[in-house]
Amino acid sequence: MATDASLQLHNGQSAALGGLPTLGVTEFRERVIGGVEQGARLAALFGVPQEDGAVRLVAVLSDAAMSSLAVCSTEVADSYPALTPDCPQAHWFEREIAEQWGVRPENHPWLKPIRFHRSYRAGHDAWGRDMNLALLPSVTDFFRVEGDEVHEVAVGPVHAGVIEPGHFRFQCRGEQVLHLEISLGFQHRGVERAMVGGPDKRAIHYMETLAGDTTIAHATAHCAAVEALAGSGAPPRAQALRAVALELERLANHTGDLGALAGDVGYLPTASFCGRLRGDFLNLTALLCGSRVGRGLVRPGGVQFDADDARIEQLLKRLDAALRDTTLAVDLLWNTSSVRARFENTGVISERTCRDLGLVGVPARACGLERDARQEFPSGIYRFFQIPVSTFHTGDVFARAYVRWLEIQRSAAFVRDILKALPDGALRAQLPLLAPNSFVVTLAEGWRGEVCHVAMTDERGRFARYKVVDPSFHNWIGLAMAMRGQQISDFPLCNKSFNLSYCGHDL
Amino acid sequence: MTMQPATLIPPLLALALAPLLLGVINRTKAVFAGRRGQPLLQTYFDIWKLLHRGAVYSRTTTWVFRAGPVVGLACALVATALVPLGGVAAPLWFPGDLFLLVYLLAVMRFFTVLAALDTGSSFEGMGASREVWFSALAEPALLLALVAVARPTGSVSLSQILAGLTADQWVHAGIGFALVVGALIIVLLAENARIPVDDPNTHLELTMIHEVMVLDHSGPDFAFILYGAALKLWVLGAVLVGVMLPVHTGSAWLDMLVALAGMLGLAVIVGIVESSMARLRLLRVPQLLVSASALAVLALILAMR
Repeated sequence: MATDASLQLHNGQSAALGGLPTLGVTEFRERVIGGVEQGARLAALFGVPQEDGAVRLVAVLSDAAMSSLAVCSTEVADSYPALTPDCPQAHWFEREIAEQWGVRPENHPWLKPIRFHRSYRAGHDAWGRDMNLALLPSVTDFFRVEGDEVHEVAVGPVHAGVIEPGHFRFQCRGEQVLHLEISLGFQHRGVERAMVGGPDKRAIHYMETLAGDTTIAHATAHCAAVEALAGSGAPPRAQALRAVALELERLANHTGDLGALAGDVGYLPTASFCGRLRGDFLNLTALLCGSRVGRGLVRPGGVQFDADDARIEQLLKRLDAALRDTTLAVDLLWNTSSVRARFENTGVISERTCRDLGLVGVPARACGLERDARQEFPSGIYRFFQIPVSTFHTGDVFARAYVRWLEIQRSAAFVRDILKALPDGALRAQLPLLAPNSFVVTLAEGWRGEVCHVAMTDERGRFARYKVVDPSFHNWIGLAMAMRGQQISDFPLCNKSFNLSYCGHDL
Repeated sequence: MTMQPATLIPPLLALALAPLLLGVINRTKAVFAGRRGQPLLQTYFDIWKLLHRGAVYSRTTTWVFRAGPVVGLACALVATALVPLGGVAAPLWFPGDLFLLVYLLAVMRFFTVLAALDTGSSFEGMGASREVWFSALAEPALLLALVAVARPTGSVSLSQILAGLTADQWVHAGIGFALVVGALIIVLLAENARIPVDDPNTHLELTMIHEVMVLDHSGPDFAFILYGAALKLWVLGAVLVGVMLPVHTGSAWLDMLVALAGMLGLAVIVGIVESSMARLRLLRVPQLLVSASALAVLALILAMR
């Protein structure tokens, strides 16, 4: 590995843009493909518009063993040889680059828009589409399997439950799914572009609402980026409270997911209890900051709300009670054979597929990969208090459910430890202006998986480019792969075991 | 064969009380989940509400789609006239009426399936395919189980079979009866789209069997479907209770009370089953239904001994 060809950074370490090497396209490809072959993962790959009209492609390779992030870049005009044929992890990223900047990755095996918006670079369109043609989500050609017994099932964008919009196109033979193609983009709001010129008053609110259920993780990643660019940091007490909120977010969502998984197989007891218990965990976050999803807590420089002794005592008491009930409700899942029969061997992903696609979060850990940014790229209080990585090896719905349960227990223990040893001191630091012409990569382990933010500033210290990679961006393709050869009636269950975000993907 | 006025009691009870069974099932599930649950009479309210609504018809559908709910309800109504309850014979009985019962249910299903296919929706097509697949396996179980109970009484009319059953027979041929009851419970759960075969509460079209076939029906059509489904549950339940509780106390009132208590008890059992286990994977359902047939065959062999 040619380490000199890229800039090595830690999570949340800012650097001058000048230090970011610009390689030739061939060298860039070799660096990225080689790095991934040697075990690194593509945490982000995105385009940055240049003044001369070209596009700079920036790749962030995360090397878990070294706990370091290798960043390199190249400049391209209207096309370049795609990475995807040699590096499947780049698949979705390259489609995004093509759509956002009108740069065509040549020989990309499945080059289609992912969000169905116009190119951000006026006059450049990777597909040469008519500018007057209306672009509508999912109005596109889908992969089709031909055959007498093959039928196509289209699900969404409007679903039976009250959930977000997304379109799923199945190619089936009888009950068996041959192929699933997922088409999103209905929730595209243009957050990344709205961040350019920031940070302003709205920035933190955009971040908190990138994916409403991942408020704390996105806000934390954003604030860490802003703090790094300002050359400052949040006080220890604020970092501890952020971690508490992040784990409470995980507790609430994992508990809700286990209940929803039970509901999907028609197992009522756990479904009913976990529905309530999710609310109990959300209320703990509300106790901390007044908002059940943690809005308004994490701010650049620290946090906005403190927890006094009485509140900590209440948090601990209610956490214990909620965890006790959750244990009872969730144990029913593992002890009911009819539930295990549904969970086991359903929606299996192999470790190989998981590695190839660069999946993150619960689905990756359910394949046995110890992939957890809290452990691999620790930041904030996680540098001092570690949470063991929870894994299971079967890669099926059961594993994804079981990993959630392991994480619930470990998160609860972590929250308990932190609350009992909360550092004293200030809650929030005043931040100086952001450094000009700099950039930073921050990672946070949200409940779904790795949240990655990349911020670049211009010569005035304003955001020139802000890139967000929600874990869902990596993992939707994993869901499609998990459905190969499965029964179509098991799709809702598989889908729930991933529980990915539509708006987090669509940005 | 002159009709006794008393024979009108079983069908009248069915018409009046069938939706209550669904209320009892839902209440049982609510209690198990620690919820208060919907009113016991919710199904009546739903039917009443739907009857006052307009219906929406897709332009792709034809008269077949509209005929589905009407034929379905008609079949269910005729079926109620074939089933005795609590020692009172049914108003309509003749040798071989048990076969008519089985095939009335089949016609009901056939028209529901046709109406589903008429919509041209991929969901409803999948539901129809699953329904036909599973009912083809449930039908032999039901027939064999009925023949197994018919055998000792020497009759092939439901009213005479159930009148001929006594508690003594349970004592002497208990194993055979237990097998029949087992087979009938599985058939009852499968035919009425209950867990572990189907999930009546799910909103996930891809997993549904029965529910997905009636997604396009609305208003009075859907009320017919709801009421027809309640009657079907009652009819199969009445047969099952007739076999399970062949009580002849000498008092017609007491017999009827026992039968009604049996029906409510059955609803509670269904509720408990739904509260205590998950749905089977779709591929496993045929195994369950074939095992119901196996139980029925075994019961028949024991009865022929």
